[in-house]
Amino acid sequence: MGIELGHFALILATAIAAVSAIAGLVAWRTSERVTLMLRQGAVLQLLLVAAAFAALIQAFVTSDFSLKLAYENSHSLQPLLFKITSVWGNHEGSMVLWVMILVGMGAAVALFGRNLPRELMTLVLAMQSTLVAAFGGFTIFTSNPFLRLDPAPLEGQGLNPILQDIGLAIHPPLLYTGYVGFSICFSFAVAALISGRIDAAWARWVRPWALLSWCFLTLGIAMGSYWAYYELGWGGWWFWDPVENASFMPWLAGTALLHSALVMEKRNALKIWTIFLSIITFSLSLLGTFMVRSGVLTSVHSFAVDPTRGLVILALLAVFIGGAFTLFAFRASTLRLGGLFAPISREGALILNNLFLATAAVAVLVGTLYPLILEGLTGKTISVGAPFFSLTFGVVMAPLLIVLPFGPFLAWKRGDLVAVTQRLAGAAGATIFATILIFALTGASISLAPLGLLLGFWVAFGAVAELVDRAGFFRMAPGQSLRRLAGLPRAAFSTAIAHFGLGMSVIGIVAASAWSLELITTMEPGTTKAIGDYTLHFTGIKDVNAENYVAQVGDFTVTKPGEADRRMTPERRVYTASGTPTTESAIETYGFSQLYLQLGEKSADGSQVVRAWYKPYVTLIWLGAIVMAFAGFLSLTDRRLRVGVPKRAVAKPAPAE
Amino acid sequence: MRALLILLTTLWLALPAFAVNPDEMLSDPALEARARTISEGLRCLVCQNESIDDSDADLAHEIRVLVRQRLTAGDTDDQVRQYLVARYGEFVLLKPVFAWHTLILWVAAPGILVIGGVVLLVASRRRRALAAPAGELSPEEQRVLDELRGDQA
Repeated sequence: MGIELGHFALILATAIAAVSAIAGLVAWRTSERVTLMLRQGAVLQLLLVAAAFAALIQAFVTSDFSLKLAYENSHSLQPLLFKITSVWGNHEGSMVLWVMILVGMGAAVALFGRNLPRELMTLVLAMQSTLVAAFGGFTIFTSNPFLRLDPAPLEGQGLNPILQDIGLAIHPPLLYTGYVGFSICFSFAVAALISGRIDAAWARWVRPWALLSWCFLTLGIAMGSYWAYYELGWGGWWFWDPVENASFMPWLAGTALLHSALVMEKRNALKIWTIFLSIITFSLSLLGTFMVRSGVLTSVHSFAVDPTRGLVILALLAVFIGGAFTLFAFRASTLRLGGLFAPISREGALILNNLFLATAAVAVLVGTLYPLILEGLTGKTISVGAPFFSLTFGVVMAPLLIVLPFGPFLAWKRGDLVAVTQRLAGAAGATIFATILIFALTGASISLAPLGLLLGFWVAFGAVAELVDRAGFFRMAPGQSLRRLAGLPRAAFSTAIAHFGLGMSVIGIVAASAWSLELITTMEPGTTKAIGDYTLHFTGIKDVNAENYVAQVGDFTVTKPGEADRRMTPERRVYTASGTPTTESAIETYGFSQLYLQLGEKSADGSQVVRAWYKPYVTLIWLGAIVMAFAGFLSLTDRRLRVGVPKRAVAKPAPAE
Repeated sequence: MRALLILLTTLWLALPAFAVNPDEMLSDPALEARARTISEGLRCLVCQNESIDDSDADLAHEIRVLVRQRLTAGDTDDQVRQYLVARYGEFVLLKPVFAWHTLILWVAAPGILVIGGVVLLVASRRRRALAAPAGELSPEEQRVLDELRGDQA
């Protein structure tokens, strides 16, 4: 019964979306009642899709295997958490989650966007409803999660063991919120193009939504990276896999969008480009969905699904992206140049930021699609893997990181590069000092590592220098500076904190790549091996029977001078439902560094294969991302950016900082 | 993000064994280090998008052993790669060669950067040209300004 209600709710939501889309696009200019209808419709869509989602959860939790999806993806012995996460650990369920984020963003605009002009609100909701109708229809017609089995099987097939992890509870919802959240920026852009009202106020309205999506996407990518790191287990945390790239491209474009929207909001410039980025960011999300869903990728993870799904998504992709860009082509020529500025200025710096981020996105896009296109056209097969991406991406990112700290110091309209360089001298000195110190301590090696570290420290210290400079430390009494610091707008803090977080991530990436230690060996119970300063003592192996798997658990004791001994218990599991074997690595965190232990196979002579890695400062990679996302959320609480900011403040551009 | 892939996959086979095994490794650390560096750039042909260094497939194991055999026989790094390309095709290289059929791949990003840079320079010149008149006032404007200033004083 619940299943049928859920099924009906999803169909009804899609129908409401279709009606909203048509009504909104037809009558946005004239009818106030249509606006009210669309707002109510948006909230209703959210309630209905949430109900459909709840129906699925209910069926999974109660192990109702008459639901085909539950039979295929769940098992009665799974812990409750994994019964729930099984709902979106598959294609059909994750499409419902996808649609739920779409309607969630629409409802959020309907509820919290009260300050939006009526026409814009109507068009945004109409566009969002168009997306909901399309993807709701896609879900119902090609990926229906509500199909029943008769007779109902007694037991389900179980969730893929590698997904039976807390990561599945956190990563996809975060990632989807970010990834699909950019749909609202797309709707804003198309609405602006239709209505023709493209100005600084538009940027002010769209920026909080872009920021919100960006924060979730940042967290989602970081969480996914960490999940892969501990679950897939050879200590790698980024693989440049096409599906990773699929979420990384919207992130790069979205980051560019945040920065260009700033210029549009403050200076009424870069209008065409900002609209373009709003469209392209969500287009990249759609492209990612297509790549992941259609199985077009020659990736380990693509599954050869029914090709109709791929074709339908491709058609949706063509309609939405093609339509948006056609509209764009019509309107772009009518847009007038905004505020003037010198090349050396805050605007100029933000444009440079956009140039590098856009190039990085292109590098990733080309690298991801090129082998597919080449094979399609010529039949030649080539591989584009991590070595290619690390090279091209690194070459583009390095100059961006060099110029980054200058940006926030430059004044709008016309900046003074010499003065900014003087103000950054302290940060430069600290950067060089820290890098030399580290190399003196660790022993220098011939590699790019010192350059990478320089960049990381430069970005981090540059961010600190910005706050120090703004508060006027060293120029006035400390008490006065502290008061000034406290009085700075939150947006100023969030800029500095986000950039600091980026610096942290860069330092983590460089350190973990350049100074990682590896030990691949065989050990007998009772023996001891060393990796760096750490001594591993292998006590032995014991068998464990858990709820839904059996495991061999290795027992190790790690000793490090000056630290208490720690126990590490890496496992090799076999899941009873599917017979799938997995390995569970053991990770111990020392400060920001981690020791990573993997239990291998038994060798022919009865000893145990053991793999250990020491990853110095590796946690900074993800902590940096969390800091970046925190900065984004902090910025959202800034009074001047708040979603419900009063109309008066919107009409008057905020003073340039 | 790799995790996302997995999430979206139903055919994923989680394999418990891992990558390089102690019994494959060469006793000469310098040679073994070279083997590892080469392995990181070679694709495991059956599992795709994983290097043979990370993969536990049988084929990856065979190629790892092959790489070490060639190195022990005295091949240079490039000779080992060429040997494998001859045997398995270009597909085995994770970093594609620079050739006509990969030209667009290699020049796309630098090309965008250069073109974007040039467009921005031109645009900024044009803007400056537009803005230039504002820099110097005509005598008439100067007179008006002086008058206004005089009024304020």
